[in-house]
Amino acid sequence: MTGTPFYRRDWMVAMAFLLPNIVGFFLFTAGPVFSSFLLSFTSWDLLTPPRWVGLQNFIDLLGFHRTVDGVRANDPNFWKYLGNTFFMMLTVPVNIATSLFLAVVLTKKIRFTYLYRLIFFLPSILAGVAIFYLWRWIYNPDYGLFNSILSTIGIMGPNWLTDPSWAKPAIMIMGMWIGLGGTGMILYIAALQNVSQELYEAAEIDGANAWRQFWAVTWPGVLPVTFFLFTIGLINGLQYGAEAVMIMTEGGPFGATTTLGYFIYLKAYVDFEMGYAATIAWVLFLLILVITIINWKKGGKNVSE
Amino acid sequence: MRKPTRKVGLWHIPLILIGATCLLPLTFMITTALAPPEEALRATDNFLEMIVPQSFRWQNFVEVWELVPFLRYYINSIFVAVIATVGQVTTSAMAAYAFSRIQWRGRDQLFLAYLATLMIPGSVTMIPNFILMKLFPEFLGVVAPFVDWMSLRYLGTHAEAIGVGRIIGLDSYFALIAPGMFSAYGTFLLRQFFLTLPKSLDEAAKIDGCGHWRIFTQIILPLAIPGLATITILTFMAVWGAFLWPLVVTHQEYLRVLPVGLQAFQGQYGTEWHLMMAAALLMLIPIITIFLAGQRFFISGLTVGAVKG
Repeated sequence: MTGTPFYRRDWMVAMAFLLPNIVGFFLFTAGPVFSSFLLSFTSWDLLTPPRWVGLQNFIDLLGFHRTVDGVRANDPNFWKYLGNTFFMMLTVPVNIATSLFLAVVLTKKIRFTYLYRLIFFLPSILAGVAIFYLWRWIYNPDYGLFNSILSTIGIMGPNWLTDPSWAKPAIMIMGMWIGLGGTGMILYIAALQNVSQELYEAAEIDGANAWRQFWAVTWPGVLPVTFFLFTIGLINGLQYGAEAVMIMTEGGPFGATTTLGYFIYLKAYVDFEMGYAATIAWVLFLLILVITIINWKKGGKNVSE
Repeated sequence: MRKPTRKVGLWHIPLILIGATCLLPLTFMITTALAPPEEALRATDNFLEMIVPQSFRWQNFVEVWELVPFLRYYINSIFVAVIATVGQVTTSAMAAYAFSRIQWRGRDQLFLAYLATLMIPGSVTMIPNFILMKLFPEFLGVVAPFVDWMSLRYLGTHAEAIGVGRIIGLDSYFALIAPGMFSAYGTFLLRQFFLTLPKSLDEAAKIDGCGHWRIFTQIILPLAIPGLATITILTFMAVWGAFLWPLVVTHQEYLRVLPVGLQAFQGQYGTEWHLMMAAALLMLIPIITIFLAGQRFFISGLTVGAVKG
């Protein structure tokens, strides 16, 4: 084993290796986390000096007040956008289901699996600004692909992105397309290859049909992946929207597609209410933290069984 | 062995349908990108005309470069993505070495702090980062008043000046690149990879008198090439597609990157969809190429990332 001077020299060496990374870590990650926490107790438009307002931002965001017609939220928009965010997260279980289905089929002895996997994975690779513009074009009521396909089966499609009741589903359909295969499918395929074939053989001898085999062998075998995807899906889902929504609908019509992610963008970079935006971001972070902890407490138990 | 039954073939039906669903929007993109303007804006009852190119107007791809400074956007994107990727791979690999191959006090605590930040939403850190960029030049103006930190810079003579923005702060390449050069996730990914390499390698090298730098550069890095390839691909794709950060930190047209530059085709009188789709395709080509070339590394990166659980 090494003596003390040697050990200290190792510490110096380790610091030298770490230095470039740790500068960035404190400057762009750890520092900002701390300062955005402080920011959430201030009011700052970047033009005048910041003003300490204590918990006022949190009260304005989360609080309620009494009016002549009953109790009203201080910021009704927040609750509406929170609702929008949760509603759009319904794509998470759909994407998990399609990923699992595709992975199960692709691990069967079937031809062209390589090609299929590539095609199903493609949308999630390309996802981003270019694809958001593409889908805006697809949803074009007069010249877009979506309504054209609908009209061949005799349906008059709505003006997807400007119709208050269709804008949310439209963005969700795009989300389902992007996540159809995606990371989930890749992880499921890896997990399925580790499920023992003997379990299937034993199940077959016991007379279990394909459906029974799926629930008795496959599902428990991939449960950790499902749990992982669900957790990540919730975390990403809560942050979802700023980019997609900005390009496709600008949060409209009438805020029907504004998510918390886009709300933060509007407050910070359009209204320049830095303190209030930081407050929303921190509430979002705490929400993610709580959901993840609950998820781990509940799901962690199932998985370890 | 499970016997392959004839029934397996039936699975091709849903697979082909779902595969078509994946590809239809993309073929629509290609058809539009190749269509003359009047053809792109033509209502048709037959959707097959939308997914099979009816004409091949390659001129669209030329106009994309002529009508907006698309070349500048492209060069900006390549420049920013390459520097940020090289930077992130370098800083992450060095840090990952310190976290996995050297014993030092506080190592595991600091690594835990790195891991903890992976769960923090990007919007939390983005606001202070924006403020940092905004105030940085003003701060430097006080500390080092002999340099004009605030003014936008140009290269070349007055007539053909090429804008390069500020040295630092908003409207600078620094703002576009610097935050992308460091990542807790990249460090985590490479640390996991380094841990799979046998410890006996460094011990043997140590006995031969190698220092840490030589062990790092001559033993660990060559063995970690698959891991390095993974993080290179993931970082490049992430920086290439980044939209929100470049949008808020740059306002000069000559500093726009591709995702922000696509807005240019959203004219005052409606979007020029045939050009927008052509430009979007041009933006996706590097992504498709890199993905096809490095698919194996990309997928292994996903699986390593998931193990953290």
